[in-house]
Amino acid sequence: MLEINNLHVKLEDEDKVILKGVDLKIGAGEVHAIMGPNGSGKSTLSYVLSGRDGYEVTEGSATLDGQELLDMEPEERAAAGLFLAFQYPVEIPGVGNMTFLRTAVNAQRKARGEEELSAGDFLKLVREKAKALKIDAEMLKRPVNVGFSGGEKKRNEILQMAMLEPRMCILDETDSGLDVDAMKLVSDGVNALRDAGRSFLVITHYQRLLDHIKPDVVHIMAGGRIIKTGGPELALEVETNGYADILSEVG
Amino acid sequence: MALPKVKEDALTARLAALPTQAGKGWLAAARAEALGRLAAMGLPARRDEYWRYTDPASLVAAEAPEAAPFSAGDETPIFDGIDRLKLVFVDGVFDPAQSDDLALAGIEIERLAEAGDKDIHWAQGTFGVLEARGQIPVQRPLAALATAHATDGVLIRVTGRAARPVALHYVHESATSDAILHHCVKVEAGAALTLLESGPGAARLTKVLEVEVADGAEFHHVRVQGRDHERRAATHIFARLGAKSEFRSFTLTANGRMTRNEAVIELTGDEGRAHVAGAAVGDGDFHHDDTVFITHAAEACESRQVFKKVLMNGATGVFQGKILVKAGAQKTDGYQISQSLLLHEDSQFLAKPELEIYADDVKCSHGSTSGAIDETALFYLQSRGVPRQAAQALLVLAFLAEAIEEIADETIAEDIRGRLEAWLARHSGRESA
Repeated sequence: MLEINNLHVKLEDEDKVILKGVDLKIGAGEVHAIMGPNGSGKSTLSYVLSGRDGYEVTEGSATLDGQELLDMEPEERAAAGLFLAFQYPVEIPGVGNMTFLRTAVNAQRKARGEEELSAGDFLKLVREKAKALKIDAEMLKRPVNVGFSGGEKKRNEILQMAMLEPRMCILDETDSGLDVDAMKLVSDGVNALRDAGRSFLVITHYQRLLDHIKPDVVHIMAGGRIIKTGGPELALEVETNGYADILSEVG
Repeated sequence: MALPKVKEDALTARLAALPTQAGKGWLAAARAEALGRLAAMGLPARRDEYWRYTDPASLVAAEAPEAAPFSAGDETPIFDGIDRLKLVFVDGVFDPAQSDDLALAGIEIERLAEAGDKDIHWAQGTFGVLEARGQIPVQRPLAALATAHATDGVLIRVTGRAARPVALHYVHESATSDAILHHCVKVEAGAALTLLESGPGAARLTKVLEVEVADGAEFHHVRVQGRDHERRAATHIFARLGAKSEFRSFTLTANGRMTRNEAVIELTGDEGRAHVAGAAVGDGDFHHDDTVFITHAAEACESRQVFKKVLMNGATGVFQGKILVKAGAQKTDGYQISQSLLLHEDSQFLAKPELEIYADDVKCSHGSTSGAIDETALFYLQSRGVPRQAAQALLVLAFLAEAIEEIADETIAEDIRGRLEAWLARHSGRESA
């Protein structure tokens, strides 16, 4: 599904190198987690994969089912099946949440040569998906993320994911700012989307999210590289001992 | 006080180029008075305080600068789908052949020239009167010019709820037309009227619309100024509002080399409500000026000024907006916002918001911003699969939304959103120069 080879990235405007040769391979249906201390390059990886401005790829590649992502516009990556759940979902005053969802769904369908959803079909679908995430009609009507609580914003990200049905989902610190109940709701939303054809890359600081969204593989990232890869037990080890042991072990 | 020589010469030249207005009775008297006001003020010049951001040269020149008429092709003209009484003016002259029969209007509606021949007319208390009141404290010489020299115009009086809107459509045919129009509307107590205006009008259009909104009356106004690139316009709305009355005016301006839209509104009865709004989009050689003056002279009135401009490729936007709250106008609720979205760095927005308050129990807020498109929001939309251009259009429409929401009629608002979307699509190729 997703294959990242020797990815080197620096900031466009400065000489600061952030990713220094990331290698990662995620198979269909797999859930991978990336953990790591602050500043290790986790969020940069998610932004570079989704095509945000401000970064320069100096070396390496990232492909989704063999297609080079790094050559595509952000909207093309989305249409190809990539989705990033933002750590800080963006507020867009003046654009209704419903309009936003419908524009996005239909833009992707159009890009894939599929017919656009009718207003009726769309409404039915969005209501059904929103209900599972406890998103009420009021939240759908409001401008995108404006005045939403931290939990509401994250649930709204998962709603977008559920509507767009991407094949490769990246969750960037989706647990940040969530209380226990909201974390459960968000995790249930993610778990409901797990299937053999869909993969996840879960970026998090803490092990607790991984109690809810059980990963197949856990990677530890530090200094712009993946320094250790293991099973779910690796996350538990971090939780107990912190990153220091692993960092010193790898040198 | 005598005018400076340069102003006197400019006025003489401008007046010499205009046809004399024959007439007698009340209209001739009103015109003569307006000419007197104009002679005392002179035409606007760049050094005048209220013309600091907008060069009036092309608006005061003796001859109208040339402007090629624009064809929108087979695009459906705005307001076409609305059941309305349509009156057409070609280069500033009423065209009965293209207009609906005035006798069938169900409201009183007359051409200025015909009404002026009568000995007594209701418009005597309004025509030129509201304009004259609006000359203090800020001089508006082009408005006095339009009272003195209007070549045409209509007088509308409504005594009940008008069954359908009156639509004034201004056609621009000649590349050198210099049209001067003056309309007068009186909405009697408890009555209601929607007035629609569309089209560029002429190569250069100078216009006054006076509106008297009596106690408990409603006046809704939607104007779409026509997409001619080279046209010039100086328009004025003077409104006087009675108690518990409502006045709403929205203007869409897309294109036009020079536009100055003034609105002067006086709230004279308690609990009146005045909303003025505008959305302007310009690309390149575009100068758009909204100059608004709202006076609260009674208690518990509400006023809103909502002006948004999208400026591309060197286009210029101006906003001069004032809220004056007179002593005794307690419980005033005044709101003013002027914002611009600069899609290119060489575009500019000049804003002068003013509040002058002489009452102590009032709520007044104002804000003015100018900024670029939010790149983070743009990326967010793109990351959800929305192509960059569509995402940008969505954000621009969102920026304009607050102004468009001031249109009471949702069908018209939707139509205007669609036209703006089309305009943005046509101009998006010129994005990020």
